[in-house]
Amino acid sequence: MAYTEEELKKELETKEYEYGFYTDIESETFPVGLSEEIVIAISKKKEEPEWMTLWRLEAFKIWKEMEEPEWANVHYEKPDFQAISYYSAPKKADPNKTLDDVDPELLEMYKKLGISVDEQKKLQNVAVDIVMDSVSVATTFKKTLAEKGIIFCSISEAIKEHPELVKKYLGSVVPKTDNFYAALNSAVFSDGSFCYIPKGVRCPMELSTYFRINQAGTGQFERTLVIADEASYVSYLEGCTAPSRDENQLHAAVVELISLDDAEIKYSTVQNWFPGNKEGKGGVYNFVTKRALCEKNAKVSWTQVETGSAVTWKYPSCILKGDNSIGEFYSIAVTNNYQQADTGTKMIHLGKNTKSTIISKGISAGKSQNSYRGLVQVSSRAANARNFSQCDSLLMGNECGAHTFPYIEAKNKSAMIEHEATTSKIGEDQIFYCNQRGIDTEKAIALIVNGFSKEVLNKLPMEFAVEAQKLLEISLEGSVG
Amino acid sequence: MLQIKNLHASVEDKEILKGINLEVKPGEVHAIMGPNGSGKSTLSSVIAGKEEFEVTEGQVILEGEDLEDVSPEERAHKGIFLSFQYPVEIPGVSVTNFMKTAINEGRKAKGLEDMPANEMLKLIREKSEMLEIDRKFLSRSLNEGFSGGEKKRNEIFQMAMLEPKVAILDETDSGLDIDALRIVSNGVNKLRSKDNAVIVITHYQRLLEYIVPDFVHVLHNGKIVKSGGKELALELEEKGYDWLKNEATV
Repeated sequence: MAYTEEELKKELETKEYEYGFYTDIESETFPVGLSEEIVIAISKKKEEPEWMTLWRLEAFKIWKEMEEPEWANVHYEKPDFQAISYYSAPKKADPNKTLDDVDPELLEMYKKLGISVDEQKKLQNVAVDIVMDSVSVATTFKKTLAEKGIIFCSISEAIKEHPELVKKYLGSVVPKTDNFYAALNSAVFSDGSFCYIPKGVRCPMELSTYFRINQAGTGQFERTLVIADEASYVSYLEGCTAPSRDENQLHAAVVELISLDDAEIKYSTVQNWFPGNKEGKGGVYNFVTKRALCEKNAKVSWTQVETGSAVTWKYPSCILKGDNSIGEFYSIAVTNNYQQADTGTKMIHLGKNTKSTIISKGISAGKSQNSYRGLVQVSSRAANARNFSQCDSLLMGNECGAHTFPYIEAKNKSAMIEHEATTSKIGEDQIFYCNQRGIDTEKAIALIVNGFSKEVLNKLPMEFAVEAQKLLEISLEGSVG
Repeated sequence: MLQIKNLHASVEDKEILKGINLEVKPGEVHAIMGPNGSGKSTLSSVIAGKEEFEVTEGQVILEGEDLEDVSPEERAHKGIFLSFQYPVEIPGVSVTNFMKTAINEGRKAKGLEDMPANEMLKLIREKSEMLEIDRKFLSRSLNEGFSGGEKKRNEIFQMAMLEPKVAILDETDSGLDIDALRIVSNGVNKLRSKDNAVIVITHYQRLLEYIVPDFVHVLHNGKIVKSGGKELALELEEKGYDWLKNEATV
């Protein structure tokens, strides 16, 4: 790890959210509030075709009739949806720009985030799309990808350039009616990433999107659509940060993955939205709907490292529609101070011989609450469906909570479903043992937590794994007295 | 090298060590024997700096430095090593990774760079061969699913890697069969030098046939009640602890 303990310690001392700087870039922000007019204005601003405007308006109509869900094991003051601005764009952004045209101040910010676009371009073989507040700023590597027929661009661009694909797949996995936040997102989503891998193509590099909320009082509603055509493969990374603010910020994203026959999608997330301060003030509300559809012999793996957000409500799921399809969910969720997370997955087995694996690692510290909520559903047609679930919780201190809510519904007798769960606590004996070998307490905790999370960390692409380990250490700062 | 002067220590207001005096010089092996509950393990924890024990009086001095305000990790950096009676499990952290972290933390404390990977590998190979440890063992999670013997052998492996000045072996013989006992003892003997010292805490004389002590001390009720040469261990084996208990009360 290139990250030294000195640096970690320094950061721990300052006890500040690492990415909590605010970039002074002129932004264009819509007035607060939500109405049909705003929805139309967003669509117009983005120069969308009429079908898209109508799609949004229909979603808005559905949303107005819906109620905010209350079943999750989280408690928070509900956002005032009329007090949010639904569109904020860095003013200098121009949809037709190349990377060279990007505001240098913006690029400077990405450097602070540890994403040097240039370096990524050259060294890491990662194509990056960056969404700041609401607008996609730059997509690198587009040319290299185009040679293979891969489309990787902002969703706004895709709506204009590839309407046939967007029309066919947008809302096909997460319909507008799916839930309150998905409906809201469908009405007001401002940008996000779009990716299409043609038949038989193996994407030669990791595709990556970085999201950042910058403006105060704005919500971020990004929309991601990834389509892997037959027998194709793609690995997709997603990173998120936001500046520290006293008020809560709303993030309601929708991610749809479509894995056609024999295709495979790996989707990895490192989520580090501002978690609020030590007293639980501020922080991002992270209400996200992520779902994948797997056709015949297709495979989707969700890997997530969730360290940020004041409140998280997120269940990346797989609909295993095709025979022999495979769904995987690997998750590390860390909560500290007053953070609350209710996260897990749904594995819906529809096809025959479908398989799913769930590995969930919850780490709770401070006064936080960490819940795993998962559904394994086997339909009557899904002969020989298999599931293995493992949910492990690690507690630090005496004031936090870990909860597990596994739901299992099997309608086919041949289904085989296994569920394992453990709860453990970092013991003083473990810490003393490390101390005795010369390892201080902060480092000992990092070591123990990394060990606990190893099965999931191993699933992350290399460059993300390092960042994720570092995040785990920072998130648990000061959690042991 | 290590001096213990009139050491009193309590846990939850209960006094366990009631005035221990001990001087360990470089190159020496001291055995501390005594019945259950006599304070043997407390003594090793206090030397290592475990915080749940409160030192109410007296001193632990390493190479002239009073360790009173020295944290457990700093004591380790200064060369104190404790082979635990019950080594803890750390799931997901391999023996190799754990040792790498421990060694580099120690080097950092001395202002040194991390040990280069090839040097580390060489050291691991050398020490694992000495203790007849299978390579596969080193990639397993620390102590997880280890047999009693494997745990103890792993403790001595760590000792070999860290090369301490004062090593305390707390009941290292418990849970070892005769072959493992021989391997572990051979390892300890190979690690002995004129510059380091070993304190062997044990119940039985058996281990002392392999690791031959220069001095034997008998701990009873928080005090050293008798000290002698290696023949004292044999005497204890023969007579049990009761005659000493009686002697102590006289």
